[in-house]
Amino acid sequence: MREKILAVIEKNSRIDLKDLAILLGESEAAVANEIAEMEKEHIICGYHTLINWDNTSEEKVQALIEVKVTPQRGMGFDKIAERIYQYSEVDSVFLMSGGYDFTVMIEGKTMRQVALFVSEKLSTLDSVLSTATHFVLKKYKDHGTVIAEPAQDERMPISL
Amino acid sequence: MRNPLSETIVKIPPSGIRKFFDIVSEMKDAISLGVGEPDFDTPWHIREEGIYSLERGRTFYTSNAGLKELKREIGHYQKRKYGVMYDYTDEIMVTVGGSEAIDIALRAMINPGRGEEVLIPQPSYVSYVPCTILAGGVPVVIELEAKDEFRLTPEKLLEKLTPNTKILVLPFPNNPTGAIMEKEDLEAIAEIIMEKDLFVISDEIYGELTYKGRHTTIASIPGMRERTVLINGFSKAFAMTGWRLGYACAPEPILTQMLKIHQFAIMCAPTTSQYAGIEALKNSDEDVEKMREAYDQRRRYLMHAFREMGLECFEPYGAFYTFPSIKRFGMTSDEFATRLLQEEKVAVVPGTAFGDCGEGYLRISYAYSLDSLKEALGRIERFIKRLDSDEHCTV
Repeated sequence: MREKILAVIEKNSRIDLKDLAILLGESEAAVANEIAEMEKEHIICGYHTLINWDNTSEEKVQALIEVKVTPQRGMGFDKIAERIYQYSEVDSVFLMSGGYDFTVMIEGKTMRQVALFVSEKLSTLDSVLSTATHFVLKKYKDHGTVIAEPAQDERMPISL
Repeated sequence: MRNPLSETIVKIPPSGIRKFFDIVSEMKDAISLGVGEPDFDTPWHIREEGIYSLERGRTFYTSNAGLKELKREIGHYQKRKYGVMYDYTDEIMVTVGGSEAIDIALRAMINPGRGEEVLIPQPSYVSYVPCTILAGGVPVVIELEAKDEFRLTPEKLLEKLTPNTKILVLPFPNNPTGAIMEKEDLEAIAEIIMEKDLFVISDEIYGELTYKGRHTTIASIPGMRERTVLINGFSKAFAMTGWRLGYACAPEPILTQMLKIHQFAIMCAPTTSQYAGIEALKNSDEDVEKMREAYDQRRRYLMHAFREMGLECFEPYGAFYTFPSIKRFGMTSDEFATRLLQEEKVAVVPGTAFGDCGEGYLRISYAYSLDSLKEALGRIERFIKRLDSDEHCTV
């Protein structure tokens, strides 16, 4: 049941518990239980909203930063990551395979703000060797959702 | 001037939903639950393959029976999914949708004017009867009932058998009822089919959309393969209705004759679609499963809503239709559907569009997003409540 619950709420976390139970053919109590368990086990880590900020008057800049680091004795990747993700500007941090070590997503109000964060906070960390900052210009698809206009139903209204 | 027309075709009535279609098309903010095709787009990797074939300039005819690679994949697919073996060199052909396969199978097997009878269980898809008539056969309708969950029982089959019976059309999973035939159901009728030396045209276009175990093809029952034309296609399983791509698997003597008709009437199925079809069969198990799961969830949602609003409906385990009964409202299907459309702007298809025995039923499709279903179900519930309270007033 867990996989099925997750598959539905991954796309629609606001679905009524009652509806979810009907869709899955389970009792409401059982589904509620399972969700509570998964929250406790930190399988479900949050319920966020996918916002297209471009359609608001809010100014936001997002950047993806490639970070190379040197792990030091007593200070593995996890420790370095922690020193990075504690900053409230940092949206996400991933450890990567390949040419660099961390992908850090940053959100700021202006490009200058982001640039300052990188040069003053991130680059100055002892373990950080280098950074490469890439600004997001436009989002087409995020979290499996196409950001553009929602698709219209173009089928004929009745067919046999 | 002489009458230019064939009496046969003139006598065949057009399919019965034109009226609804016209009203719905005119109506703003109408919600339709009347669609007979998936709401999903064709998975992108399949579309990509079609686009690529065009880019490569693959714009020529294919051989009549279809691309060799596609036929081979169809063979693999049938074996992998349903455990039936067909030789792609002479037992598989690619058609323009399942519809063409139905037509040519009937034409290849019926001797016109000799009174050969074709048994057609109803309610069912609208083409079997007209195609039988056009092929010169005699359609004999078997009226299925809700008490049997609209399955074909041995009793129902025996009732309509005559010495002239030659073919049984087997439309399961069924449009419009959503009924399926499980292995035991098929075994029960297979015995009669073999004993009476009948042939079967098995339309399994909804086969992948089964919500109770796996779909069983009658061709997998011992002794049935040599008397079965198995029809399937890409429209429903892979959400590819507009590509017009289907296929038939049959013993070589039957397939060879079907292929002749196809060769003279059609040439070959669209080349672009055939290339896309190869990709569909090879790499879509996950897509199909995702869509199937989505339909299954909506199916449960619809059935639950019907129970809550007091709309009687047997549990359908196939396709993407429900077939609720509206008999308790004392209206014909047509009246009910017309009023529902006018008063609540919800379009459904009257059961009678699929045969006279569909009277008293509606076909409600769940090939829609949950939000659309919710809105439509809310309107249907309001309509039913009004009918129930009106009835109270008059009593």
